[in-house]
Amino acid sequence: MSRTQTFRAGVRKGVPFAVVGFVLSMSFGVLALQAGFTPLQAIVTSALVFAGSAQFTAVSVFAAGGGVGPAVAAAALMHGRFLAMGVAFAPSLPGGAARRAAQGQTVVDASWAMANRGDGTFDRWLLFGATAPQYLTWVSGTVVGALTGDLIGDPDRWGLDVIYPTFFLALLIGEVKRGGLPMVVALLGAVVALALVPVTPPGVPILAAGVAALLGLRR
Amino acid sequence: MTIWWLIIGCIAVTSLIKAVGPVLVGGRDLPGWSMRVIALLAPALLAALVVTSALAAGTRWSVGAHTVGVAVAGVLLLLGRSMILAVGVAVVVTALLRALA
Repeated sequence: MSRTQTFRAGVRKGVPFAVVGFVLSMSFGVLALQAGFTPLQAIVTSALVFAGSAQFTAVSVFAAGGGVGPAVAAAALMHGRFLAMGVAFAPSLPGGAARRAAQGQTVVDASWAMANRGDGTFDRWLLFGATAPQYLTWVSGTVVGALTGDLIGDPDRWGLDVIYPTFFLALLIGEVKRGGLPMVVALLGAVVALALVPVTPPGVPILAAGVAALLGLRR
Repeated sequence: MTIWWLIIGCIAVTSLIKAVGPVLVGGRDLPGWSMRVIALLAPALLAALVVTSALAAGTRWSVGAHTVGVAVAGVLLLLGRSMILAVGVAVVVTALLRALA
């Protein structure tokens, strides 16, 4: 397939995640307003941070009175998994350091998982295509949430907090449906993360679960 | 102004974290063993994301309406239903359970 065809295939694969992302970012817009953000600040955050878990974490810590430093630190920890994802994606990126760094900004969870060929390489044009609709709806969802926040009220009351885990569960099932080693690694990752929840800051259990992938050394 | 500093901080750390791997490792062929580990990062990280958002809240384990909602969604996904349907059902189930609680 040509780059354009691959990009378009990525866009098609990204659309369902973009639809869900729209609702998710709408709830971010509402929560940001409740934390004291102006609508402009909420929209700028989604447009330039474009990282759901980091955004929700930062706003939650800030709203709880944690201050800027702890909120940014918590967001960085929650975002830490992108270190591993970036290292994984890196060999598939051509060009100089600045170009690779710019391409690395397009990595989001769903696109990264879908572009994973399963042999350690990634289809970068598929990833770019899958990210494009997700970026559009992430920003537009925040616009809607930030401008209608008063009408929606508490997003948790409407069950919107389950969007994130369901979103990740859909991706996970795609990864482990053939069973075997990926299933074992997923189970081990889940156990490691749950075990660390009570003893480490949020975000660290997710990053630490990456050690389960070391089972790949046994093959 | 405080919130703008929060936003600037978040932009800085998230973009830096995403850039580190591509800048330091990019363009190189990695040995076969590392490619096998990389291929398995997705199930490990995704499983951790699911359990920490469905079975935990902050630094404690937590089971509630959201856990039931995600479990129902999981059954639908395993039955081959679309993600959008699964998300919709999960949201409705969770909201109903909270309304009834």
